[in-house]
Amino acid sequence: MSGQFQLDGQAVPFEDGQTILQAARAAGRYIPHLCWHPDFPPHGSCKLCVVKVGGRHLSSCAAPAVEGIEVESDTAELRAERRALLQMLFVEGNHFCPSCEKSGHCQLQAQAYEHEMMSARFAYFYPPRPVDASHPDIVLDFNRCIFCELCVRASREVDGKNVFALSGRGIHKHLVVNAESGRLADTDFAADDLAANICPVGVILHKRQGFRVPIGERPYDARPISRVELAAGGREADE
Amino acid sequence: MSTSGSSAGPRKLRVATTSLAGCFGCHMSFLDIDEYLFDLLDRIEFDRSPLTDLKHCGPCDVGLIEGGVCNAENVHVLREFRKNCKTLVAVGACAINGGLPAQRNHLELGACLQEVYAFRDGLSGSGIPNDPELPLLIDQVHPIHEIVRVDYFLPGCPPSGAAFRAFLTDLIAGRTPRLDYPAIRYD
Repeated sequence: MSGQFQLDGQAVPFEDGQTILQAARAAGRYIPHLCWHPDFPPHGSCKLCVVKVGGRHLSSCAAPAVEGIEVESDTAELRAERRALLQMLFVEGNHFCPSCEKSGHCQLQAQAYEHEMMSARFAYFYPPRPVDASHPDIVLDFNRCIFCELCVRASREVDGKNVFALSGRGIHKHLVVNAESGRLADTDFAADDLAANICPVGVILHKRQGFRVPIGERPYDARPISRVELAAGGREADE
Repeated sequence: MSTSGSSAGPRKLRVATTSLAGCFGCHMSFLDIDEYLFDLLDRIEFDRSPLTDLKHCGPCDVGLIEGGVCNAENVHVLREFRKNCKTLVAVGACAINGGLPAQRNHLELGACLQEVYAFRDGLSGSGIPNDPELPLLIDQVHPIHEIVRVDYFLPGCPPSGAAFRAFLTDLIAGRTPRLDYPAIRYD
C-alpha cells in the first residue's frame, strides 16, 4: 500500500510502513535529525526531527506516514524549537569546537550552523567528564556525548560486543564502558567496529587521525548538513 | 583614533572593544579586515580599546567583548561596557562559551593554581602569586551572557575578518546582523 501526505505544502509519496522522516528523505526532502540513523530503528531521543501534524508535535523519525496528513517542518516556530534543543545539548555537555578533532565533521555542530545558533543562550553546566585514552587506537572524549546511543546500538546489535551503555538519570546521565574497570582498553573494542565509526559528534575518535582534513575542505565547511546529506543521496555524511 | 578626510555624513558610531579572558586573537582577526578599516573609520570612531589605549569606556553605540569572565576585574570591565554601550556584542568562542580558559572549570581552583605555581619543577618557590594588584580569580570561567545581557553574538575562534566585516556592515546600516552559512563557524 502507498499514499501521499503534505510536507510544508508539497506532496510526499510514501510506502506502507515508512515513517514521515523516511518518506521525506526518499523524496529528497530534508528533516533535521541527530540520533536517527538509516540502518537502525528510530531512537526518538534528540527530538530534532520534530514536526507538527494537526497542531501536535511528533518525532518524524518514529511517526508513521499517514495518507493525507499535513506535516509542518520548515517553519519559523519549529526552527526556533530545534535551535533551543541544540542550545540545551550544547550547555549540558562540554562542546569546545576549536579544540575538537571532529570540528567540521560534527553533526551537532553542523545542525547548530544550519539553525543559525549564534550562542547557547542558557547557562552552561560544565559537567566533569574525564577522557578515556586507554585504548591503543581509540580515544573516548565523554565531554561531547549527546546520548544518541548510536554506539550503544551498533556495538550491541551489529558488532555483537555490547561495549557501551548509558548510566545515570537526567542531568547525571552519561555514557559508560561495559568493563569491570570501566576502561575501553579492557574490552574487545576494535577500530573497525561499526560502533567506532558511527558517533555523530566527537566522543569516539580514532587516534593519530586528528585534523587530517584541512579547514575549508571538511564536509560542513562550505555547505549546510541538509545539502550535504541530500547530495549524498540521503546517506549519512560522517566523513 | 580617526582618519583625516571628509567629516560630512552621518554621525560616526562610537565603538569600544576589550579582551577579558581572551587571547586578543579576535582583535587580530578584526584587523584582518585590512583596507576596509579605512572605510570603517569613515563610519565609526573608537572609544576604549587596545587600539586607543583608553582605560575607561564612555557612552558608546557598540561594545565588542572578546573573552570570557575569569576574574573580578573582568566582571567590572564587562559591567562598565554594558552600562555604556547601547549594543553589546559577544565576540568569539570564549565570550560565548568560556572557550579555552573554561577548560579549567572541572578542576578545583586551588588545586589548579598549586599545579601551576607550586608543584612544577624549576619554580622559584615563591608559591601562588598574591600581589594585591592581581584580580581575584572566579572559581569557574563563564561566558559573558551569564553576567550581563548581550545583544548579539559573533561566533568563531576567531570570527574571520569577513565575518567581522559582514557583521559591522549590517550593524552600521541599522540592520539586524545576520551571517551567511559559511561565516557561522565555532572554530
